[in-house]
Amino acid sequence: MRKVAIVGVGMTKFGEEWNRGFRDLILEAGIKALEDANLSGKEIDAIYCGTMAPGPLIGQEHAAALLADWMGLNPIPSTRVEAACASGGVALRQGYLAVASGLHDCVVVGGVEKMTDVPGPDVISTLGGAGDEEWELFFGATFPAIYALMAKRYMYEFNATEEQLAAVAVKNHKHGAKNKYAQFQKEIDIKTVLSSKVVAWPLKVFDCSPITDGAAAVVLMPLEKAKKIVEQPIEIVASAQASDTLALHDRESLTELKATKIAAKKAFEQAGLQPKDVDVAEVHDCFTIAEILAIEDIGFFEKGKGGTAAENSLTEIGGQIPINTSGGLKACGHPVGATGIKQAVEITWQLREQANSRQVKGAKIGLTHNVGGSGATCVIHIMKNPAKF
Amino acid sequence: MTNIAITWRRIPERYCIIGSICKTCSTKYFPLRKFCPKCRRKGKMERYQFSPRGTIYSYTKVYAPPAGFELEAPYILAIVKLDEGPMLSAQIVNTQNVEIGDRVEMVFRVIKRDEPEGLIHYGYKFEKITD
Ligand SMILES: [Zn+2]
Repeated sequence: MRKVAIVGVGMTKFGEEWNRGFRDLILEAGIKALEDANLSGKEIDAIYCGTMAPGPLIGQEHAAALLADWMGLNPIPSTRVEAACASGGVALRQGYLAVASGLHDCVVVGGVEKMTDVPGPDVISTLGGAGDEEWELFFGATFPAIYALMAKRYMYEFNATEEQLAAVAVKNHKHGAKNKYAQFQKEIDIKTVLSSKVVAWPLKVFDCSPITDGAAAVVLMPLEKAKKIVEQPIEIVASAQASDTLALHDRESLTELKATKIAAKKAFEQAGLQPKDVDVAEVHDCFTIAEILAIEDIGFFEKGKGGTAAENSLTEIGGQIPINTSGGLKACGHPVGATGIKQAVEITWQLREQANSRQVKGAKIGLTHNVGGSGATCVIHIMKNPAKF
Repeated sequence: MTNIAITWRRIPERYCIIGSICKTCSTKYFPLRKFCPKCRRKGKMERYQFSPRGTIYSYTKVYAPPAGFELEAPYILAIVKLDEGPMLSAQIVNTQNVEIGDRVEMVFRVIKRDEPEGLIHYGYKFEKITD
């Protein structure tokens, strides 16, 4: 296996982008990533694209072919990857494997979702498809409800509070306020979260990530080649993925995501690193409870301590381990298929020291954590900037 | 709008809480499985009628319902641990207050209607009991 590096990154503004469609978004992200790598496009051998549901959301399947066509990249192979909200992260892993294996020398990995072209209830039932349609959704479950079931059990087992959940949202909005690509660039306080409308108790509107349009892209090359074309290639030192039951009620525990724990363990083994070595991480905070579980399951904090970590600002920029400097899914937004790629874009900026006012000083090692559904898919990447070692 | 065959295929589980037992490893599954994930090809699956009683393992109250559930919101959705092992997701009815650990029993109810003139879907919900 060859060492693989990110040589270019790009993303669109995340938000309700009514002026732009699916094609415009992915095209913009792809072009930005190629420009960032100073490539013309002729070098590209293959495309991977993470997108969850263009069928229900824009009436278009065969999204990878569309992408190759509109980017002027025919006839190279173009492959769509779907793993619900982890579509982007799993696409990144496919691109990584293609370069690491020696099959391809230059791969573009994109992620995109256009979510505001259909009414809200249709988006909600489409996203519900990430869970078990026959045995969860049929009985009245929604995605917030499934995460609320985790939150309630977590509060019961560890005496966690609604204030601790809210602290995650407050922190992510604080970070998002420093990110010009974020859907919400406005700080909020605990009261705003606690007094917002209940969606599925104990989760309120401000515990939930929004509906978002957006795209992100990265360009991958073997590290040795990458060193010749860019100043700061970002090496992917680990790529790990794990699966778990589709339905939440089939899990042994509701207060951890086993797929996250397994993927994290594998990733740290691959990288020869430990959680304490990580300087900055983007984790999957589709709901506030999800970030608390993630920072425990990855190993940044002990089980049961994630809530107090959030409450005590340990996960803020400047804290023990800055989490979701982009604003996370909560404030930066969650265009489902784009999220996993956006995480890699943000970590690349952080490791290159290009994150402006949200820069984690001297960040050398970063981690991305992308979850599909309620934890049936988890994919983790660890990245480092070799120039800093 | 749902096709009638999907509903018809799920009648044993949704109407009667019938699942499976693996005769090789004795693990009980709900809903029905034809393949034991633990024993894989060595597994031997048979149908199993579950007792209708269980305990609330976690719950939420849904205020933003999906399509088809608007009239019922807010409603309690719980994960119920059946006395014989497996867990399932279901609504808890005839109460506004539940706690983790509450005892419940299965009741047969309308789950949702496909508007305007579609199917009426039936299945299990649960009610609190004292035993
Ligand atoms: Zn078995």
